[in-house]
Amino acid sequence: MSSVALRCRDVSVKFGSRVAVDSVSLDVAPGEWLGIIGPNGAGKSSLLGALAGVHGFDGTIARASDMPITRSDVAFVPQAPVVPEGMTVAEYVLLGRTAHLGWFAHETNADREIVGLVLVRLRLHDFASRRMTELSGGEQQRVAVARALVHDAPVLLLDEPTSALDLGHQNAVLELVDSLRHEEELSVVAAMHDLSTASRFADRLALIHHGKLVAVGSPDEVLQAELLSEIYDTPLVVEHMAGELVVLPASRRSVPKRRKGPLW
Amino acid sequence: MFPSASASSGETERNADLAVGRAFRLPVVAVVVGTLALLGVAILSATQGAAGLPTGGVLSAFLDRIPLLGVDSTLSDRQESILFEIRLPRMVLGMLVGGSLGMAGAAYQGVFRNPLADPYLLGVSAGAGLGAVLALGFDIDVGWGPFDAVPAAAFIGALVAVTLSTVIARGPGSSPATLLLGGVAMAALFSASQTFALQRLSETRAREVLSWLFGQLNTSGWDQIWILGPYFAVCGSVLFVHRRHLDVLRVGDAEAASLGLDPARARLVVVVAASVLTAAAVSVSGLIAFVGLVVPHIVRLLVGTSYRAIVPLSALFGAAFLGFVDVGARTVLAPSELPVGVITAFVGAPFFAFILWRGQDVSS
Repeated sequence: MSSVALRCRDVSVKFGSRVAVDSVSLDVAPGEWLGIIGPNGAGKSSLLGALAGVHGFDGTIARASDMPITRSDVAFVPQAPVVPEGMTVAEYVLLGRTAHLGWFAHETNADREIVGLVLVRLRLHDFASRRMTELSGGEQQRVAVARALVHDAPVLLLDEPTSALDLGHQNAVLELVDSLRHEEELSVVAAMHDLSTASRFADRLALIHHGKLVAVGSPDEVLQAELLSEIYDTPLVVEHMAGELVVLPASRRSVPKRRKGPLW
Repeated sequence: MFPSASASSGETERNADLAVGRAFRLPVVAVVVGTLALLGVAILSATQGAAGLPTGGVLSAFLDRIPLLGVDSTLSDRQESILFEIRLPRMVLGMLVGGSLGMAGAAYQGVFRNPLADPYLLGVSAGAGLGAVLALGFDIDVGWGPFDAVPAAAFIGALVAVTLSTVIARGPGSSPATLLLGGVAMAALFSASQTFALQRLSETRAREVLSWLFGQLNTSGWDQIWILGPYFAVCGSVLFVHRRHLDVLRVGDAEAASLGLDPARARLVVVVAASVLTAAAVSVSGLIAFVGLVVPHIVRLLVGTSYRAIVPLSALFGAAFLGFVDVGARTVLAPSELPVGVITAFVGAPFFAFILWRGQDVSS
């Protein structure tokens, strides 16, 4: 198997005169989890949007075989999936087969079988006929992952997929994605704003700032307090806790306060 | 593929089959109800009217036309001529117009993600109206082949309005909202032009134009069916093929694009097909309101919100609905006739108000 599942070369995204992503080059290996980190507005979502085909870009995004990617090569889990009123879980998951439908856009029994198997795999089969709007946020995000899985693509893109979830559901969804990538040998490219969580799940991190790739490497290499403090424009410390990297704001007590003078 | 970690593969497949079997049931009840309604309306339409025809006689007249059955018609020549030259063409035309408007309405509601969208959006009615006013009032004859001057002018007016709305909305910030607003602007412009033109007509001609605008299915012979039929076949097929894309569009353009659909292209194809179908229907029947708005909502109450079922069933229920309304138009004040557009508005508006009042199932 090729050692590259997705290859980006000089990818730029512009919205009018604003450059959201500026000449980013990255490779993603099969089965690898690449975390895209950076402050708000850094260009994480724009880069994922280019990979997902949501908007246009300049540069090259290719598959392992250096062919341009098609829509069946990447599956996308958005930050806050749009949940249409009245749509059932099974209908929603079936949307993930869109890239595979042929002439007349008609789904076959095989498409429906894949939907059924993925629903069972994610233990959502009892919800198949339920309306999406009846589910909790965590369940909806699991269904969005199911929709991405039936896409049957080698690369899974996640745009801050757990930002709307509480800690427990956040962990459950990310653990689910992690186990799936091991079992199915999926590559995962995930924009993540929680740096500690990103370091727990990602094999490599790519730090983006003002649309440019600033650093890429293992979490140990990228999560450097000095670099992060500069990029995030706030004092940060990186600690090792229970064998994992944790990024925290520097203690407020360690930051000298400016004396404002006597009150009277 | 995707085996469950905890369950055996047999159990996995059984659970998967159960889940999708329940979730993707065919809407059998709705299909049966719609078909029976259409059949019932067909019988009513053939037998009811100024001259009542016996149901048995109508049946025997049909069987008589099938070779080798050896059934003789019990209808008189005059009755047969009423049945085959007046009643049947009108019934088929009503059903075709109803089917067209119902299907176009479902398509518009899907493509604009707006439950209040209907086939007369994008200035179709105003454009058609202006075309008809010009043709009737100023003797502008753009008739060609089987097209009379008025339907041809209405058709051209409707297409011009839709084309202008689509061109306005094809700027860089294209979205469903810009297309709708472009239609609103065109409708205002064309309506104003129509009023201006109407004001300059004589009273007799203005009345003639207004009666056309109210919507009517007066037809003699099969000519208008041969005009609308091909449009229904072609545009209806395009909409049928794109019905699943309407489900994909429901998650928004960005997600639809990530799923592998080109949202702008899908929207354009559906809007063009629905608009051409509406223009063709308007050109043979005038303006018949509420069918395209109400019918998809009735279907949605029966089968849920997936356009895979709503689009084809809206054609079936639209045909039955307008066929039924036309029987009423012919019989309620017999021997005089009510404009069918007036009855659809009388029936449709309160029904639609009821659905809105209930606050359910108006979402697309």
